[in-house]
Amino acid sequence: MSETSQAQPDYNYKVVRQFTIMTIVWGIIGMGLGVFIAAQLFAPMLNFDTPWLTFSRLRPLHTNAVIFAFGGCALFATSYYIVQRTSQVRLFSDKLAAFTFWGWQAVIVLAVITLPMGLSSSKEYAELEWPIDILIALVWIAYIINFFGTLVIRKVSHIYVANWFLGAFMLTVAVLHIGNSMAIPVSFTKSYSLYAGAVDAMMQWWYGHNAVGFFLTAGFLGMMYYFVPKQAGRPVYSYRLSIVHFWALISLYIWAGPHHLHYTALPDWTQSLGMVMSIILFVPSWGGMINGIMTLSGAWHKLRTDPVLRFLIVSLSFYGMSTFEGPMMAIKTVNALSHYTDWTIGHVHSGALGWVAMVSIGSIYHLIPILFNQPAMYSTRLVNVHFWFATIGVVLYIVAMWMSGVLQGLMWRAVNADGTLTYSFVESLEASKPFYVVRFIGGCFVVTGMLVMAYNTWKTVRAPKGSIAVDPATQPA
Amino acid sequence: MDQGIIGSIFTIIVFVSFIGIVWWAFSSRNKQKFDEAANLPFADEEKEKSKED
Repeated sequence: MSETSQAQPDYNYKVVRQFTIMTIVWGIIGMGLGVFIAAQLFAPMLNFDTPWLTFSRLRPLHTNAVIFAFGGCALFATSYYIVQRTSQVRLFSDKLAAFTFWGWQAVIVLAVITLPMGLSSSKEYAELEWPIDILIALVWIAYIINFFGTLVIRKVSHIYVANWFLGAFMLTVAVLHIGNSMAIPVSFTKSYSLYAGAVDAMMQWWYGHNAVGFFLTAGFLGMMYYFVPKQAGRPVYSYRLSIVHFWALISLYIWAGPHHLHYTALPDWTQSLGMVMSIILFVPSWGGMINGIMTLSGAWHKLRTDPVLRFLIVSLSFYGMSTFEGPMMAIKTVNALSHYTDWTIGHVHSGALGWVAMVSIGSIYHLIPILFNQPAMYSTRLVNVHFWFATIGVVLYIVAMWMSGVLQGLMWRAVNADGTLTYSFVESLEASKPFYVVRFIGGCFVVTGMLVMAYNTWKTVRAPKGSIAVDPATQPA
Repeated sequence: MDQGIIGSIFTIIVFVSFIGIVWWAFSSRNKQKFDEAANLPFADEEKEKSKED
C-alpha cells in the first residue's frame, strides 16, 4: 500500500483529508445537538430558560449542522477524491480547493454563531441570513469551477457515472440556493424574501425538496456509485441502468416539492402534480438501489467479514425503505394522516441517518486508511461496533417516530358524534412522551457510534507505520 | 396556444427523450464503451500495478 502513495504523487489528498476529518467532527456536533433537543422535547427544563438554548433556535442549528456541515463536508471530501481518481488527474486548482474548505468552515461557524442568536430568515433548511448566503454562493461557485475544471482536464475519455451525479448535485444546489435565497436586506442581519404568500411557500419547498433530492440524494448516489464498487472490488451491477437511473432521477425529482404543501393555499392541481411526480419517483429510486445492492451479487459473503461494506449496503436498504415511504406519504390521503406528525420526522431520519449518514460513514472508513497512508483502519472490530450502534440507534429512532406519528395523526383527526374534537392537543403530546424518550435513546446510540469512529480514526491517523495489521478478509479485492 | 397544449407537447418531448436515453443506454453499439466506463474506479490501480511491475 505504501507504493500506492508513491505511484500517485499528483493527487490533491490534502483537501480530501481536511474535509474527511471535519465530517467526523461536525457529525458528532450536529448529531449531539440533535440528541440534546430531542431530550428537551420530553424534559423542557433543559433549555434552562435561556433564549439561545431553546428548541426553536437550536433545531435549525441541528439541521444545518448535520445536512450542510456533516453531509456537506462528506460530499466535498468524496467528490474531490472521486473526480481525481476517476479522471486520473490532480484537481484543477489547489487554491480554489483551499478556498472551498476554509470558506465552507466559515459558513458553518457563522451558522453556529447566528442561529442561537435568533438571526434567521425563517425558511426551513435555508435559515441563514443574507451575508452568509452570499458567502455560500461564492464557495459553491468555486466548488463547481474546481470540479468541472477537473473533468475538463481529465486523462481518460469517459466521465464516470459517479461524477454525473456529483455534477448534477452541484449545479442544481447552486440554482436552488440562489433562487430561494433571493431577499431584500433591511439591515446587515435582517432581510425579507423576494417572494410572498403561496409563491413563497412553493419556492421554499421547490428548494426544500430538491435539497433532499440533489444535496442528500444525487450527491450521495455519486458516493455510492464509486465506493460500493470499490469496496466490493467489482464494477457496478449495470452501468447502463445507472445511466437511465441518472436521467430519470434528475428529471423527476425537481417536480416533487408540492407534496410538502398538501391541503394548503397552493392550487389543487399543483398539489396533485407534486403527488403524481412523487409516486413516479419511486421507480428511479429503486432502480438505483437495486443497482447498488446487486453490485454484490456473487460476493455476498463479503458482507459477513467487511463492516465497511455492511455500512454501504445497509445504507442502500434504508434508502430503498425511505424512498418507498416517501412516495406513499406524498399521496394526499396518506398525507392527511401523516402531515405535521412525528411520522415525517421518522421518515426524514430513516433517510438522513439510515441512508445519508451510513453511506458517508462507509465511504469515510474506506478513505481514511488511503488518505493517511495506512493499510487499514486501526480496528476493524470497532468499525463493526460502530455499525451496530448506528443500526440499533436508527431503528429505535424510526420505530418510535412511526408509532408516535400515527398515534398523533389518529388522535388529531378523531371527532365525537357531535363533530367536536375527541382529544385536545396536550393529550396527544402526553401520548407521545414515551416515544420521545425512546427517540432520545436511539439518538444516543448513533452519537456513541460516531464517538467510536472518532477514536478509531484518531488511532489510525496516529498509528506508527507498519503497526496496523491487514486482515485479508476485510480488504477490498 | 393554451397551457394544456403546451403541457401536452412538453410531456411528449420528455417522453421521447426518455425513450431515446434508454435506447442509447441499451444499444449494443455502446456496450463496449460503457463497460470501459464501468471499470474506471479500478483503472488507476491497474496503472500502478503496471508501474510497479
